[in-house]
Amino acid sequence: MTLSILELRGVEKSFGRNHVLRGVDLDIAPGRSLVVLGGSGSGKSVMLKNALGLMTPDAGKILFDGEDVTHDQGKTREAMRARIGMLFQSAALFDSLTVWENVSFRLIHADGVKRKEAKDRAIAALKKVRLGASVADLRPAELSGGMQKRVGLARAIISEPDLIFFDEPTTGLDPITADAINDLIIEQVKGLGAASVSITHDMASARKIADEIAMLFEGKIIWRGPAGDIDHSGNPYVDQFVHGRADGPIQPAI
Amino acid sequence: MSNASTKTSGGFPNPLQWIGAGVLGTCQELGRLTLFASRVKFAAFTPRWFGGEIWRQMIAIGFYSLPVVGLSAIFIGAALALNIYTGGSRYGAEQFVPNIVVLGITRELGVVITGLMLAGRVSAGIAAEVGAMRVTEQIDALKTLSANPFRYLYAPRFLAAVITLPLLVIVADVIGVMGGWLVSVQALDFDSTVYLRNTLDFMTGEDVLAGLIKAVVFGGVIAIMGCYHGDHSKAGATGVGRAATLSMVSAAVLVLGLNYVMSTLFESIGL
Repeated sequence: MTLSILELRGVEKSFGRNHVLRGVDLDIAPGRSLVVLGGSGSGKSVMLKNALGLMTPDAGKILFDGEDVTHDQGKTREAMRARIGMLFQSAALFDSLTVWENVSFRLIHADGVKRKEAKDRAIAALKKVRLGASVADLRPAELSGGMQKRVGLARAIISEPDLIFFDEPTTGLDPITADAINDLIIEQVKGLGAASVSITHDMASARKIADEIAMLFEGKIIWRGPAGDIDHSGNPYVDQFVHGRADGPIQPAI
Repeated sequence: MSNASTKTSGGFPNPLQWIGAGVLGTCQELGRLTLFASRVKFAAFTPRWFGGEIWRQMIAIGFYSLPVVGLSAIFIGAALALNIYTGGSRYGAEQFVPNIVVLGITRELGVVITGLMLAGRVSAGIAAEVGAMRVTEQIDALKTLSANPFRYLYAPRFLAAVITLPLLVIVADVIGVMGGWLVSVQALDFDSTVYLRNTLDFMTGEDVLAGLIKAVVFGGVIAIMGCYHGDHSKAGATGVGRAATLSMVSAAVLVLGLNYVMSTLFESIGL
């Protein structure tokens, strides 16, 4: 039996009377790529933030490599964070730092790597995402949206994590740039042998980067299967979402 | 508590529930603020420190506040001298202008004006910056990169404000006194040498010390209010704008309130 690198067991999270997560069960095996689909407001981002430890679940457990990290904010959680990477929807680059300082932030501030070595490694990571050394000294505000995503990806992979989270990696990008980002994600995740969890409602992206796809609806995982089965899932909710129909069991969020 | 639960069956607000909800809300907010301030102070006075960030904040908070503090101080000092002269002349006590100017500037006005200027320039600036970082997920990104926002973001701002505010107050004291001197010599026919000698003779170390102690406290309050409101900023431009406004208003009110409390305390212990 393969141990899951990340496991969510019955995770619940509410904000006042709004029950966003109602018992999410999910596990990700090492080296596998899982994409979680879901409409706007379905709780995808909340699920991700709980998994990352940015929020604490009201109920349920989160296990990382077999260790319970649900309520831990100490060494176990830090050890987890040292083994994960995260690409935020907006890239979340630090405005006050240069590109290379963003990419090597963890190396300098958590791993104690000297700035000279950190810059060399940042430039190498930028090269992996097809960005030249010339961007290293720029500020994030000087980059296009696609370039910011690439810098965010470089920051996520620089410490060679075992698990990478992607929050809407292609949102706000044109189809060609989005496809290039998808290619980079596949290349880097497979290259590292890492597991990945992506949340998106971009079906083109999901089909391309996923080994498996899960569907989150009303705070629960209602379907999960191989990426190839997504078009004949037999689940009316998944069918409606995949084909982007307004008619069906899912009510549009407007 | 929802609006529905604070209304009677007739649709009118139930005053007791409304008051109760307000009191509970205030207590919760005060609790959150106290906890937040404790965490900032713990991060500020225990390792690890980010020296580069502290230095950068000292430049942003201290150095770049010099023009506004200097200008405010010179006008306050000048206006103070004019008003003391006007009041003093009714009793033939014009000669006390330098004494009262230096006392007022060093004990109260230098530090209060500096505190109020920084409540506007620095506290609101910190709230807007931290708020923008909050809504663009940069603070979440810090956490995922194993950096504690209290150590990396808030403690450097707190330490920078606590260190630079007393320095700014010294500058404000000197410039404020010189503002009074300038007006007295140029417009009120005081002798320059006599004015300065009276100023130096009357000024005591305790007066300056009282202002500097207040400055340390105001620096901490200004930084904490900026960080707190920024950290709790709601999404969107409105949320960040509201955080900046709340930060400035609360810091300014606290500066004035704490100034009175500390003046009373200093008076009671003879400082």
